[in-house]
Formats: sequence, structure tokens, C-alpha cells
Amino acid sequence: MKVIEALRIAMRALAANKLRSVLTMLGIIIGVGAVIALMSIGRGVEKYVTDQFAGLGSNLLFVAPGQISDGPPSLRPNTVKALTVADMEAIADPSRVPHASSVAADFQTRVSVTRAGKTVNVQASATTPEYPRVRNWNTTAGSYFSMLDSAERQRVVLLGADTYQDLFPNNEYPVDQIVQINEMNFRVIGVMESKGGGPGGNLDKSVFLPLTTGQDRLFKQKTPNGEYKVSVIYVSIDQSENIPLAQEEITQLMRERRGINYLDQDDFSIVSQNDLIAVFGDILGALTIFLGAIAAISLLVGGIGIMNIMLVSVTERTREIGLRKAVGAKRADVLVQFLIEAMALAAAGGLLGVALGWSLALLVSTAFGDFEAVVGADAIFTSLIVATAVGLFFGIFPAFRASRLNPIDALRYE
Amino acid sequence: MEQNGSSPVISLRGVKKLYQMGDVEVRALRGVDVDIYPGEMIAIMGPSGSGKSTLMNIIGCLDVPSEGVYELDGKDVSRLKDDQLAAIRNHKIGFVFQSFNLLPRTTAVANVELPLIYGGVSGRQRRQRAEDSLRLVGLGERLDHKPNELSGGQQQRVAIARALVNTPSMILADEPTGNLDSKTSVEIMELFQRLNQERGITIVFVTHNPETADYCHRVVRVRDGMVESDIAQRATAGIYATVGDPPPALPPAPQEVQP
Repeated sequence: MKVIEALRIAMRALAANKLRSVLTMLGIIIGVGAVIALMSIGRGVEKYVTDQFAGLGSNLLFVAPGQISDGPPSLRPNTVKALTVADMEAIADPSRVPHASSVAADFQTRVSVTRAGKTVNVQASATTPEYPRVRNWNTTAGSYFSMLDSAERQRVVLLGADTYQDLFPNNEYPVDQIVQINEMNFRVIGVMESKGGGPGGNLDKSVFLPLTTGQDRLFKQKTPNGEYKVSVIYVSIDQSENIPLAQEEITQLMRERRGINYLDQDDFSIVSQNDLIAVFGDILGALTIFLGAIAAISLLVGGIGIMNIMLVSVTERTREIGLRKAVGAKRADVLVQFLIEAMALAAAGGLLGVALGWSLALLVSTAFGDFEAVVGADAIFTSLIVATAVGLFFGIFPAFRASRLNPIDALRYE
Repeated sequence: MEQNGSSPVISLRGVKKLYQMGDVEVRALRGVDVDIYPGEMIAIMGPSGSGKSTLMNIIGCLDVPSEGVYELDGKDVSRLKDDQLAAIRNHKIGFVFQSFNLLPRTTAVANVELPLIYGGVSGRQRRQRAEDSLRLVGLGERLDHKPNELSGGQQQRVAIARALVNTPSMILADEPTGNLDSKTSVEIMELFQRLNQERGITIVFVTHNPETADYCHRVVRVRDGMVESDIAQRATAGIYATVGDPPPALPPAPQEVQP
């Protein structure tokens, strides 16, 4: 019987002091709100990132000059030996890397693209013809350039989805239209599917052209012996379980080709999607610990606030406690009543906190648009349980005090 | 001791109460013998410091004697623990206080239900009994009013309804008219008399107000922790003044009977 009664009494007491109750709950509200919001956003980001990596192409390895620890490619020292098309061809040799199903090379740089007086600055990827297969990427209009286009160094270009939107605001059919890249005329032969932003920038804000055309006509980035420099080599592996083996084979091949001594470090890096996901996992893990610390501190503060207000409440209601005891309330009845009141206070704070956190998460995901915040039922459930437990813990002392009041003194209390 | 074939509701034998106030031992009660029978309406009087409040606390099972025996309804309650006393208070004693002690922001009917909650009575039955009790004190039209919507007299009626709701062995009223004007005081005292007369409810007043004593059939005076006098009398105020004879359950006139 008494739990429901006590709950009703608690609700009445909390409703009687609405402002005070809300102020008391504030610590819990903020703590739970912060955790829910950041956890939801964190999960949304995690899901988004994982999706992005999946969109890169399946079982993909990236080979790039320099070590990851040197920083991003643009900041790496120029002394690092570049990769070349010859490296790509070596990796594509089935006798050296039997599990490489296809290989593509990509040289990336910034260009300006103009059409009908409108200019955009975008990233140009000068690639080999295998690129769309390796990246698991189709066109929405036209088709990717062929081996022949590449061999003939044709001035043809494919547009990323956003670049197409920017240059063709009226959705004209783009194929065989002419655009200027760095003031040189190129014929548009297709538009790539939208991939959205991802690691390494928004691929939709790009243009794609043959590596041969790019290096001979536009960028002229060659090694002293005339080989085409590339920024990154993509290697698609036939089966995911072969990735470690392939990684080892490519490492061995590259060390040979680059003449690295037995004891020296690699001056190139091979990264798999899993490596990238693991890096994000580490970042999210650190974030989670940080969130846990915030939650613990604010719940502690909130709990102390609850204890404080419960002590005040016990003092204020001394006569009420005396009366309840006079008409037959046992110690346990009074104890339970005040414990439930503290728990109700904390649980209500937890609920408001969930509402706050949820709204914040929705707000953030609406504002950024790229990802969707995931508010998990488990997060809500855990928050509410923890908040209620905090109320219980910090309610014990005040409730114990109330239960020990002597009815004679309590009835006389002014 | 038997009276009219009934045994006493309250039987105090050699009740003493000692307090330790620092180094000083205070002897609040120094050996009290009192019997109160069913249907009595009795005033316990005495100046402050007489031990009157201590006696009330013991009779009300809010406290236990240091020495002596207190039997309530034939059951020795003088050595019970806190929670056992709480159960006794819940079932056998209805309290009425000078300052009403109603729960604020709580309806009359919910206030009256309070003892039933701790008595474990189920919700529907609880409401029914609380309503019946409120009708009995003339507040059938004010069930859902809150204390701040009621006059002082009405608030005290709610408190009386609360005291009655558990059909206790007795009502213990501590200065019940102390916070009321004289006209309302008369109404409340007459209500007590009617409950005593019509329902045979045992009522014990603890008061220093002689007017309260005028409504009773018996006055016990306490001084210096002892019973100074225990007098049966004809009630001279309220409905008993006009009805004439006291009710049949008139107690014996124990000691120094004064005309």
C-alpha cells in the first residue's frame, strides 16, 4: 500500500514547491541532459563515419607517401619520396600481390573550374581508369573515361555531384558541355553519384580527369625520370580476410622499390578502412570517458543539492512528521516517504534531463544536417536508473533523520 | 476494579516518569493511579509544570512510563517499543490538538484518511470511512475543502473526524479549544458531548481551562507529578447542562468527592 501512498505524498510535496523542486533538480537535469545529448551526437557521428568508410569502397587499402605520424599529406616534408604510377603498376602485378583485385592511382590538387562565367574552386582527382571500380562508385550521367581516353590524354572531365549543381544550376544535361579547368577547355563526359562528405574532404566537390591528361597538360608533376607522381594508390583486396596478408606483401614490395634498408623505417604508409575506423573508435572512446566524468560530477553535485533540500524539507515539515507518527506512522513509513520523495525528485530531474538532452541532440543534428543523432533507449533507461539511484543514496540521510524524530518534540516544534 | 460490568479503558498504576536534564533528574510524574472507564468524558487539569503533559503523552502512547504499569484496553503498553506504540496509537487513540495539525494543501477527506493509510485500509474503503466520519462532525458538505478554505472551528472538526475515523478506544484532546473563539469553542465542546452521549466515545481532555472542565463528568487535577484530586461532577455546560443527568456510564467517585 504505502509505496503508492508515499509516491502521492511525494508528488504533492514537490508540486507545492515547484520552483524549489526544479532548482534542486537542476544538477541532475544538466548532468543527464549533457550525457544524453553528447552520447546521441557521438553515436550519430560514429554511425555517419562508419557509413562514410563503407562508402569508400569495399576492402580498400590506401598507400600514401610518408608516415601518418608526419601529419596530413599537405604538411609532410617535401623530402619524402613521391609515389608514382610505376608503383601502382607494380602493386597491380598479380605475382607480387595476388589478392589485389584492382588498383588505381590518384593525384589530387586544387583547380578552378569555370563554365558560363561561373567559377568554382574544387579538388581535382587525376586518376587511372580503374578508379571508379576500386572506389565502388558509379556515374549518374555519362560514364568514366576509358583506357583509350587515358592513353590519348584526352581533355575530358567528370564532375562531382555538388560541382555539377554549382556549374549547371538549371540541371542542363552536362555531357559534351565544355568547362574550363585552370583556363583550359575540357569536355564533360559524366557526373559522379553523390557520396557526401567523408574523410579527406567532400568528394562531391571534385572533378575527375585522366592522370595522363592532368600530369602532361595541367599540373606537370613528374619525377626527374619522367614518371607521373601520384598522391595515393588505392588497392582493392578480393576478400577481407586477405587484407593483412596483402598489406604485408605491399609493404615488402614498396620497401624493395624504394630501396629502404633492413633497419630503416617505412617512408610510406598503408592504411586500411579498419585502421581509420579504429582511430575514430579511439577518439569516441576518449569522448565517452570524458562524458562519464561530466555525468559523475554533475550527478554528485545534483545529489548533494537533493540532500540539502531534503534536509530543509524535513525541518520544515517536522510537525507533519510528528502528526503522522501520532496517528500511527512507523519509522519505516516515514523513512520510505522521504526516500521516495528524494527519488521522485531525482527521477523527475532525470526525465527533464532526457527531454533536454534529446532536444539538444535533435537541434544539433538538424543544424548540421549531415548526420542523425541516435537517442538510444538504453541511454535513457540508464540515465533514469542512475539519477534515481543518486536520489536514493542522497535521500538516505535526511530520511533517516526524519524517521528518528520523536513525535512529542516534533508536534511541539514551531 | 469493575464498574457497571465494564473494565477500564485506561488503567494507570504507580506510573512514574523521570527525565535526565543534564545533571538534574526531573521527576515529572511521581506515582499516578487513574482508571478511566468506557463512555467517560474526563478533564485532566493542572498548571504548567504539573506533569499534565507528561501524563497525556503516556496516556496517548507517545511515551512510556519509567516505572509503573499502563494498561490500555486491558493490554500492558508500558514497555512497548516505538513501532509497537505507533500501531497502538493508530488503532486505539484519536488525537485532537490545540493547533489542529492538519496537513496543508490537503483536502479534508484526505486529512481524515491519514490514520487509515497507516492502518493499511484499502483506498475505496478508506474514502468511504473518511466521508462518514466527516458527516458525523457535520462537514459532509466540505469533503474536498482544504484547511485554508475552512474556518478554525471547521478545521478542528476535520481533526475530530480524523481522530474518530479509526474507531479508537478513546479520543485524547489537548486544549482543543485553545485556538478558537468562545462561540466556536462552545460548538466544538458540544460536538464532543454529542459524540460522548450518542456514540459512547471515551474522551479525555488535557487542559488548564476551567471552562473545558465544565463540560465533563469528571475532573482529575494534577500537581507536582501527583493526582491532587479526582472528582465526579455534574457537567454544567453544553448539552449535558440541560439534559440533566450524566450518561449511564458515570464513573465512580473515587476519592475526595466534593459536592
